[in-house]
Amino acid sequence: MQRTTDILRLATIGSVDDGKSTLIGRLLVDTRQLFDDQLDAVVNASERRGVGDLDLSFVTDGLRAEREQGITIDVAYRYASTPQRKFIIADCPGHVQYTRNMATGASTADLALVVVDVAHGLKEQTRRHLCIAALLGVRGLVVAVNKMDAVHWSPAAFQSVVDEVETVAGELGFDAITCVPTSALLGDNVVDASDHTPWYPGPTVLAALESSDAGAWTNSTNGPRLPIQWVLRQPGGGRTYAGMVNGDTLHEGDVVTLLPAGIETTITALNTLHNGPDVQAGAGLSIDVALADETDAGRGDLLACAPLPRVTREITATVCWFGERPLTTGSRLRLKHTTRVTPARVVGLDGVVDVATLTVEGGDELRTNDIGLVHLQTADPLVVDDYRDNRVTGSFVLIDEVTNATVAAGMVGRAAFL
Amino acid sequence: MTLTPLRPQTTTDHLSLLESHAVYILREVAAECERPVLLFSGGKDSAVLLHLAVKAFAPGRLPFPVMHVDTGQNFPEVLAFRDQTVARLGARLVIASVQEAIDRGRVADPGPHGARNRLQTVALLDAIVEHGFDAAFGGARRDEDKARAKERILSFRDAFGQWDPRQQRPELWQLYQGRVNAGEHLRAFPLSDWTELDIWQYIARENVALPPIYFAHERDVLRRDAMWLAVNEFIQPRPGEHVERRLVRYRTVGDATCTGAVESDAATVEAIVHEVATANVSERGATRADDRFSETAMEDRKREGYF
Repeated sequence: MQRTTDILRLATIGSVDDGKSTLIGRLLVDTRQLFDDQLDAVVNASERRGVGDLDLSFVTDGLRAEREQGITIDVAYRYASTPQRKFIIADCPGHVQYTRNMATGASTADLALVVVDVAHGLKEQTRRHLCIAALLGVRGLVVAVNKMDAVHWSPAAFQSVVDEVETVAGELGFDAITCVPTSALLGDNVVDASDHTPWYPGPTVLAALESSDAGAWTNSTNGPRLPIQWVLRQPGGGRTYAGMVNGDTLHEGDVVTLLPAGIETTITALNTLHNGPDVQAGAGLSIDVALADETDAGRGDLLACAPLPRVTREITATVCWFGERPLTTGSRLRLKHTTRVTPARVVGLDGVVDVATLTVEGGDELRTNDIGLVHLQTADPLVVDDYRDNRVTGSFVLIDEVTNATVAAGMVGRAAFL
Repeated sequence: MTLTPLRPQTTTDHLSLLESHAVYILREVAAECERPVLLFSGGKDSAVLLHLAVKAFAPGRLPFPVMHVDTGQNFPEVLAFRDQTVARLGARLVIASVQEAIDRGRVADPGPHGARNRLQTVALLDAIVEHGFDAAFGGARRDEDKARAKERILSFRDAFGQWDPRQQRPELWQLYQGRVNAGEHLRAFPLSDWTELDIWQYIARENVALPPIYFAHERDVLRRDAMWLAVNEFIQPRPGEHVERRLVRYRTVGDATCTGAVESDAATVEAIVHEVATANVSERGATRADDRFSETAMEDRKREGYF
């Protein structure tokens, strides 16, 4: 009964009215992920709002305000599975004031599913979100060039959007791009191949998602890292150190360095949740390990294999600011990085990113939804990699000291395209 | 521009990834919050959640108590399962009683046959204040309902216990941050990304113990609101309703007055995995009268502080 499938996490990107929620609705309906009663509820809601037979966007727009205003405010998570893999879909809002929610969805995504209205091309908001997705480390794109029925399935109209997408995606450094001509409303090339596009030899949206590389969390040029979450006391007085592996596979017998202390030791035992004692554990697995040497390791420390991350109290980072009040030099915040929380201070602002031109302009503050390059000092040392090398040890959030709200997403270093 | 090739994680199966993520969340919240509690109803999702919590801190003891929000209208098999499980684990059980809330005049008595599901909110919030809990783990899943699909894994509640779906904290990467001010609290949902099928596959893999009512058995039931309701001290036939003996099982377990059974001959975990994989009706749609009042019934209850 047990089949082995992996997980692909994807985030949706698209401007208002390009048909993003409809595409997700179509994907769920045509892969039979919706139960009869859920489908009936969508039909009923559509009829009550007088929007025709079946408004597929009602599948994902679940909040009262979203249905009333016909927009997506927050990320809706949806689940689909095929014999190939399980999909976790973060359906993200398109409006600029909800950028924080879009970043929430993209931060854990392996891939972005982009919806573009073929008649309008890439809108400002879509470019903005592609930029945020690229900053957040999403490397793959599947682009539904949508509403093809409205342009009579014109290959020329499709190609002009493809050209535009490839130019922008090239600038942002996306690895793998697949563009698909679709009509989410009618179901063409979403799950089932269309009869209207004999000139298109590529996969449907679903086939592109099924064949895409999962696990964009990290790359393997850096060694494994294990941020310590919790110390487990073993019977007989020993201790093991629990956390989730990232970066690369960790093995029993690996020589590791405890950071920030800088103590070299060896992993003498490794336990996974499923197998108990094991010889290795890959990225994304929660484990606990025993060390050869007596140390005072605890929460907030990190075990790493070479090449080692940096230990520093000063970082330069690309920051997406969500706070209501502007971020300026001198702002004091809390910073959470891996399993460590420490006071932090902004000591300099190197500039604000213009997402339309991908240039960095001068500026002395970051306003809500701005992206900027920021110098930070922290009270306690951090153990960091550049974000482009490791999405776990390269990321942090900033927390308002009074309200405890999460007010920024930070990525160590500067994105290659800036 | 060429980037370093990605390293696919195809070597790790989805249940192990879901399990590891849930355990990561349990450990983060336990480390960052002062007084967490785990909500345990005796249902399958909370049984899986408790199983994961035990694994997360083994061989140590569970570093927080478990709490049952007791409507006073339970399936006896589920109460027995609750008590056996708590005793087996040596866990501390806190009971938040709806009956006590009624007796103290905190909520109006809906009468002997009235549904008490919505009253659980008051009992739950009162218990959170009384015990000073700053985080409550729940077994809710995002695939259950459209309002739940929108909720963060760590969901902030204000000093009145309310959820504001328009002002949720951004939740980036796996940097779950659990800071709250006095009087506020968090709900933490480690099973957010699990589906009903994932739950059953995991129960099969791990041999998670469950109350017997999840498995097919013969029971006296009657048809009401297009559901099979068990005849018991709370549900008695009304004029025109007929009691029948049928082979049924429960897909969800809640208050005995509003949780329906489904006709099924699935008597083993393996048979249930097969049944769930081919089901046409969602578990809440099939079995929960409380979600049928309106399109946004769950959102309205969640705003008030429901699970």
